[in-house]
Amino acid sequence: MNNSFDDKISGVVKSIPPSAIRRFFDLANEMKGEVISLSIGEPDFVTPWRVREAGIYSLEQGYTHYSPNQGYIEVRKAIAQYMIRRMGLLYDPASEILVTVGGSEALDLAARAMINPGDEVIIVEPCFVSYKATVLLAHGVPVIVETKQEDDFKLRPEALEKAISNKTKYVMIGYPCNPTGATMTEDDLKAIVDVLDRYPDIIVVSDELYSELSYGEAPFVSIAGFPSMRERTVVVNGFSKSFAMTGWRIGFAAGPDTIIQAMNKVHQYCIMSSPTTAQYAVIEAALYGDKEVRDMRDEYNRRRRVIYNGLLKAGLKCFEPSGAFYAFPSIRELNMTSEEFCESLLTEKKVAIVPGNAFGACGEGYVRISYASSIENIKEALSRLADFVFEIKKRESDK
Amino acid sequence: MINRQELLQLIERNARISEAELAVMIGSDEKSVAEELCILHEENVILGYAAIINWDKTERESVTALIEIRITPQRNKGFDQIAAQLYRYTQVTSCYLMSGGFDLMVIIEDSTLREVASFIAEKVAPIEGVISTSTHFILKKYKGNGIVFDVKKSDDRETVVL
Repeated sequence: MNNSFDDKISGVVKSIPPSAIRRFFDLANEMKGEVISLSIGEPDFVTPWRVREAGIYSLEQGYTHYSPNQGYIEVRKAIAQYMIRRMGLLYDPASEILVTVGGSEALDLAARAMINPGDEVIIVEPCFVSYKATVLLAHGVPVIVETKQEDDFKLRPEALEKAISNKTKYVMIGYPCNPTGATMTEDDLKAIVDVLDRYPDIIVVSDELYSELSYGEAPFVSIAGFPSMRERTVVVNGFSKSFAMTGWRIGFAAGPDTIIQAMNKVHQYCIMSSPTTAQYAVIEAALYGDKEVRDMRDEYNRRRRVIYNGLLKAGLKCFEPSGAFYAFPSIRELNMTSEEFCESLLTEKKVAIVPGNAFGACGEGYVRISYASSIENIKEALSRLADFVFEIKKRESDK
Repeated sequence: MINRQELLQLIERNARISEAELAVMIGSDEKSVAEELCILHEENVILGYAAIINWDKTERESVTALIEIRITPQRNKGFDQIAAQLYRYTQVTSCYLMSGGFDLMVIIEDSTLREVASFIAEKVAPIEGVISTSTHFILKKYKGNGIVFDVKKSDDRETVVL
């Protein structure tokens, strides 16, 4: 093993710790095939056929070249139509939309386009794992705001205001939330906007990948929908979660043209352009995929109810998730760490779920359960989980 | 308030889900679901519960044919009487009045080709008012009742995706 190259690795990269749950990760992967996995952050559905077919047709036509850096104009127009139709947000496809390689690339571009070394970015945890890393890689300073189960894991205005400093460049929010399944209603967002109105220089990057998967009475509301926020919010969205298109790698950023064009500059030099076949498929999805999305959402919603009901029956405390496809129950009463709980569940009951600390320190004491799996799998996993919790509680009381 | 369409859609897809499970899935309670199902039976909205079977994988020999039938409608009765004469046969599994080049579409299932042929020759063609028949035999079933036959389900996703 040649360790002498360690000093060749950049300080920034070295400063990013490997995943908090590396060990669990390896163990779970070793057991692939023998376990029921409710640890997967992607839909179990296959991309709807009409979308796959559109991709195939583009290949048959020989559309195999680079697209413009910003993405084909037809794709950006389709995305603009989608955004006004589904989110009520109006963007100019010529200058305010950038087609990226998944939402993840857009998050990275936003960080690199805006952050000067030492700039602070407020990150709301528990959250998707790349928020913090993208900020660090761009030489920014993550400032963590923790959300709590008592607040249904919503971002509260007081907590946000406390984290703001004169170095704050942007606030990174992601609702509906991976891993908690929390959502922000219009009133919840209004309270946040009221704070931000006092700090007009702060940008918001809003990861809305799960926007189609909101299960509340009221439809999803984007923070960019508030008049004072439209011009300083970068919306990151995509097709992976809502259209079951994870492997196609297409997302997009929409926002004020200055920021979008700066992001496009970074994108141009590191990616060049998003995959052509996938862009053609996305036109079909964005223009004609609403019914497929609705059917999948209805199915997730039924699974959500089954999971939530099952977790309560298993004796775990859980707030009722209202978005994405995750439940985030507490395991605090069991006197185990998240990782211990997940490892034992994996080895003893062959059910894989994810320790909550993978999504930030305040995720400790929780576990993420994905319901992007068949009802049959979910039912079986819940029954094993209930047995497991029962056995632990019994062990504890026998002590 | 129970969403009737959703309830029906769920049991159409899987009639074996228990009332308790249905209640959880649609966000209702067991008693309301049971009551609603009872009403749906009474109103003849739900007519029965059936399994979807790929008979090709069993010992049973069977032949399915679609018969296009052109008929002369009867005064005051239209097509209904001839349709009833046909659908009362047990081997007729479906019977539809159609738009287009023919009038009735009858789907029949029998154990052999010969039986189907004789059924058409002896029972269908002689009915007064039947002008002509055209029979199509099914060679292979790819998809039925919304389900693709002969597909193995597998999950090729990674074990953990954050």
